[in-house]
Amino acid sequence: MRWLSLAVFMLLVASLLVGAAGIGVHDPAILWQIRFPRAVLAGLVGASLGVSGAAMQGALRNPLADSGLLGIAGTAALGAVVAFYWGISAAFAPALPLGGMLGAGLGCALLLGLAGSAASGPGLILAGVAVSALGAALLALALSLAPNPFALAEITVWLMGGLEDRSLMHLVVAMPPILVGISILLRLGRRLDGLALGEAVAASLGVPVPETLRRVALGVALAVGAATSVAGGIGFVGLIVPHLLRPALGERPGRLLLPSALAGAVLLLAADLLARVLPLLLPLSAEPRLGVLTALLGAPFLIRIARKVAP
Amino acid sequence: MIAVVAPIVGLGGRIVLWDINLSARPGELLVLAGPNGAGKTTLLRAMAGLLPGFASQDPRRVAYVPQGARCAWGMSVREVVALGRVPHGDDRAEPVEAAIVACGLASLAGERIDRVSGGEARRAMLARALATEPDALLLDEPTADLDPAAAHAMMALLRRRTAAGVCVVVVLHALELALHHATRLVVMEGGRIVADAEPEAALPRAALAFGLPYGLNPRAGLLPPAQGDRYGADRSGDDQGR
Repeated sequence: MRWLSLAVFMLLVASLLVGAAGIGVHDPAILWQIRFPRAVLAGLVGASLGVSGAAMQGALRNPLADSGLLGIAGTAALGAVVAFYWGISAAFAPALPLGGMLGAGLGCALLLGLAGSAASGPGLILAGVAVSALGAALLALALSLAPNPFALAEITVWLMGGLEDRSLMHLVVAMPPILVGISILLRLGRRLDGLALGEAVAASLGVPVPETLRRVALGVALAVGAATSVAGGIGFVGLIVPHLLRPALGERPGRLLLPSALAGAVLLLAADLLARVLPLLLPLSAEPRLGVLTALLGAPFLIRIARKVAP
Repeated sequence: MIAVVAPIVGLGGRIVLWDINLSARPGELLVLAGPNGAGKTTLLRAMAGLLPGFASQDPRRVAYVPQGARCAWGMSVREVVALGRVPHGDDRAEPVEAAIVACGLASLAGERIDRVSGGEARRAMLARALATEPDALLLDEPTADLDPAAAHAMMALLRRRTAAGVCVVVVLHALELALHHATRLVVMEGGRIVADAEPEAALPRAALAFGLPYGLNPRAGLLPPAQGDRYGADRSGDDQGR
């Protein structure tokens, strides 16, 4: 835990010192207007995704549960896209994260409704596939109906996820719901521990099971919805992070929550730093998209976990 | 003391409990027996307050171990047993360690629950319930995948708990276990209680409910109780637990 906090701090500092304008601080405006919001957003978005993955895996008792894999990030993106391309967010800035949160909330509700009481088994993954498919279909519909003819190209890039050109305004708008969502999830540790033995035992231990699932959905909707609306589609962080931590910290779900938030921040800060440093080292015409980097990292993990879960 | 009154309970369009009025007293080891579908598990869930329409129980006083309870994660045996402290909201180590010792798990406490044998995992689930330090223990088929000697050892362990005033209700299929260890045998059939007496007295009715020919001679084919303690640390741990 101490190491993770230290790593977050050091990566934040590194994030402030590295960028397209070179290494070091040449212009305070670049530092505060460009690098600072980007670094803090990377940390917050990573923490949101990490703790959401840990909480969903604990609550649903499934190591494959993740906001991206189960379609929540997709419905969040749908909400943000609708808010953005219909010009709602131009008139009213908080509409963007609100759209993301609304989309994520509806996705969570749909997921829990479809998965029903057998929320831990293959039914959950099937429900996630259904939510993903519905989100993708509605997103395609929203794109084809968008009034802006350039929407398709822009949105495709945006969906790959990234944090370049984010301003202090993005930070101000996204930070409150992210922090509220994370704090809701961090308080559920003991209940998630109780759920490890199944819903009947959890209920006999005094854990209010339906209310706990609703709280997980609310926390994930706030954190992932706001994170997605400001950073686009960044997948696999919530899937990878708890798996990386389990060998070191054990598998008790409640114990993984805070470390998952910190490790998620570390992972995304490091990936974002890599995205900025790569064009300086390689002949690239642009920064690689952040969501592409995390997906390249995450896909082999998914294969490994899937093989372990279903040998 | 734990009581349940259920005039009629239906699940999925079927009547599963009928005219039930049962209370288990402190110090009793009550065995619920009966053929599959007799309503034993439903009755136990009603006692635990987990059935819709029944008053929920204080989770610090009543511990419930369902049939085939398993842990979704590769937690250590000690972490699983420590879940028994969830109702209290504390992290006291003494009840957890006492329960681990009482169930003969001291040497396995650091092992992952998904790496121990089925019988050891059963004992861990029981230890989890003991760590709550409840007044009533409700167990559904705790001996289902134990070998005969281990099943006797588990029943003996439960019996020792009753000496401390805990009330234990166990769903069992193995009548010989009931005969050797229970203080009271309640036989269920078709959602009703058809016998409720000392084990010896209720056994013929239980055998009839099961359709077993050996009901005429209840001692035929029965195993003797395990000699001595199966788990060496049992008694000392039990005493410390008090």
